[in-house]
Parts: sequence; C-alpha cells; structure tokens
Amino acid sequence: MSDKKKDEILYDHNHDGIDRRGFLKCMAWAGTGTFCVIKGGVLNSYGLSRIAEMDPADMKGELSFAQISDSHMGFNKPANTDVVGTLKAAVDKINALKMQPEFLLHTGDISHLSKPEEFDTVDQILKGATTKNVFYVPGEHDAIGDDGKQYLERYGKGTKGAGWYSFDKKGVHFVGLVNVMNLKAGGLGDLGKEQLEWMEEDLKRLTASTPVVVFAHIPLWSVYPEWGWGTDDSAQALGYLKRFGSVTVLNGHIHQTMQKVEGNVTFHTATSTAFPQPAPGKADSPGPMKVPAEQLRGLLGITDVNYVRGQHALAIVDSSLV
Amino acid sequence: MNGKLKRLRIGLGCAAVLVAGILAASCANGARQKTASGATGTQVKIDNFTFAPNALTIPVGTTVQWVNRDDIPHTVVSDDKSTIKSKALDTDDNFSYTFTKAGTYSYFCSIHPKMTGKVVVQ
Repeated sequence: MSDKKKDEILYDHNHDGIDRRGFLKCMAWAGTGTFCVIKGGVLNSYGLSRIAEMDPADMKGELSFAQISDSHMGFNKPANTDVVGTLKAAVDKINALKMQPEFLLHTGDISHLSKPEEFDTVDQILKGATTKNVFYVPGEHDAIGDDGKQYLERYGKGTKGAGWYSFDKKGVHFVGLVNVMNLKAGGLGDLGKEQLEWMEEDLKRLTASTPVVVFAHIPLWSVYPEWGWGTDDSAQALGYLKRFGSVTVLNGHIHQTMQKVEGNVTFHTATSTAFPQPAPGKADSPGPMKVPAEQLRGLLGITDVNYVRGQHALAIVDSSLV
Repeated sequence: MNGKLKRLRIGLGCAAVLVAGILAASCANGARQKTASGATGTQVKIDNFTFAPNALTIPVGTTVQWVNRDDIPHTVVSDDKSTIKSKALDTDDNFSYTFTKAGTYSYFCSIHPKMTGKVVVQ
C-alpha cells in the first residue's frame, strides 16, 4: 500500500467470504496516528490527514461530498477559544481539495446554544465554501429551548416533521434523519414513530442495488450508551436498510472519528470542527477535551466521501485541520 | 492519546475525585443555608455531566438553585417537560426553582438526557 493512500477508509461492499464476527470492526481514532487495516479487500482503514498528498486519480469517482460536523459556534471555553477560526480552516481545507465536493453535509450542532447570531456566523462562514450546496441535520445544541423551531425556520424548508428528508444524487439515495428532538429522561437519541414510518415508506421505492447514505447527528449505532452516544430506536431504522447492498451511515456528536462495518453497513462518525471529546469511557465525562494548543487542529477536521459507481463502494477520507 | 496527555488526564481525574469528596463532605454538613432573603435554599452543582447531590429531600417552600460548573451547557427540565424548565445554562449560569407542593420531582438535562436527578419535597 502506498503512503499517499494511507488516509483512505474504503469498504468494498461487493467483496464477501470473510468471517465478519469480531473482525470487521474498526475504529480509527483521530489524531492518535493509530489505524486499523483489514486485508483481503474488504475494508481498508487508514490514518488521518495529509489529504493533499493523495493522488486525485486514486479518488476519482461519480460523486464526492464533504461532511463537516459539530461546529458549536459560540463555544469559547479553553478547549478551543476560536471556533470561528477552526471552522474557517475546515472550509479552507475543503476548498483546497483537488476534487471539489458537489455538496457539504453538516451533521449538526451547528450552534452551541441555539442563538440566532451563532447560526448567522456559521451561515456566513459556509458562504466561503466553493460549493454553495449545504445539507443539514440538527444536533441537540441546535434545538435548545424551542424544540428545534428556529432550526426548522432556517434549515427545514422542504423537510418533513422535525426536519427529516431525503434526496438523490447521481444514483445515490441520501436520507437525513433527526434524532435529537423530544429526548426522554435517561434515554439516548430518538427517531420516533412518525419519522420511522416515513423512512420505511421513503426507502420502499428503491431497488436493493441503490447505494444509500444515511446521516444524522447522534450515532445510529451504540458507540457508548453510558455517555448517551447511541439512538434508542435505531435498530428499527437499520432494519429498513438491511436489504440494500451498500449502506453508509454518517454521524457526528462524539467529536472523534470512529468506524464500524456490520454486514453491508458502514458506520462512520466525523470529527468536530470545534473541540475534541475523549474516547468512550476514557474520562469522567464526555466534556470538551483540553489538549495542548499545538495538538488541537490535529484533532479537528472534515470528512470527504467519494462514491464510485459500479463498485458500490464509498471511500471515506478523514482529514485533520493541519 | 499520548502518554504525557494520559498522565495529565489521570491527574485531573484524581483532582476531580478530591473535589467531589470535598463537595460530599460539605453536603453532609448540610447543604441548606439561609439566603439573604431569609428563605431556605439548597444548591445542586452540575459538574462532569452529573447533578450533585443527585437526590435531594427538602421541605415544602424550599428554593433549589442549580449551578453549571461544566464547560458545556446543560438544562434542568422535569420529566414532564413543563413543571420545571430552565433555559440553557452555560458555564457558571444558575437556575432556581421554588418547590411549593409536596411530591417527587424527577428531572433531567434535555441536552444530555442521560443526566438525571430527583427532588423529594416533604
């Protein structure tokens, strides 16, 4: 494997025949430099950063998009006193990609305290992106005090319910889900009956060979329920996705990169553009992780996703801000 | 996480345990105190994604004040989402509620619903 491809996480959904149990689990930790490689063509997961060194020919595909997450505009604590600067750096990083993404996905926690000026600032910064096409789903920080009313007014045009929707791009079906509303005491993320019914109906018309990308703020897999890193009723949603040959689930919320492959489903969480959070259970609480200033930007970043038609494979590349 | 950072975090963890110990001791001495207005008040600290003390027993008429000591915002919302409902409490913000009726009030942080607490009013 050449060095220049080491940032790539590629799962070939067409390949089969390997004992998946206990084997197709992979966690790629942002910034630690550790990575996991499973040979045999099934999953290649590499480390982070140095996206600029990659040969665009290796990344060429039918469709590419970039994911940003957890910009937490308004956060100003020691873990990062310049979330404006780091979000701008993320946009610069995206603009510098040799192959420009067709659109951006923001997987929530746009703001820190749901203040209008926080949303305004993010909107302003994202206007600096070469692509003007941004798709959002809300994080719990975007719905503080108003059950997501302001979020819907700003970003919910054409969406259903609390802001869920789907769209198609070059043969790939995208589903944006909302799992941060109506949270119950002691519970995890929640999709709710109405949204699940909509999702089942939305997917019905698709053939099983359609690549599906599902994105939501809180992970749709059980990352660490003790810290609320999971979604109570995600099993039902994942059940609707079982018949598809290629499913990619993109989440934010946990401010670190993590990847897992289960059957035909690749789960992936993105880093934050604002501040890192500790690895599951590695601290007293999931609060912002303070790291030496020179390490911060190595723990923040963006995710670039590239779809190659015919291979049913999505190459997911995480890139830090340095 | 590199070794140096890990050691630092372990150090911080020990400091947090120590602080928690001091808090527990002060609670044991009686967290209730007379406020300037003469009403009886009790404070709940929000720290490390927990409400401390987690369960309180107070007489009717007590005002409870929650103070957020975390670097991340929290809320104080009763399970029915209407009886008690604070705004987002950023670092060092506080919220007070006076319990005028006897009963058990379960509450949580609506941003981090794994955080729960209880007030028993007698």
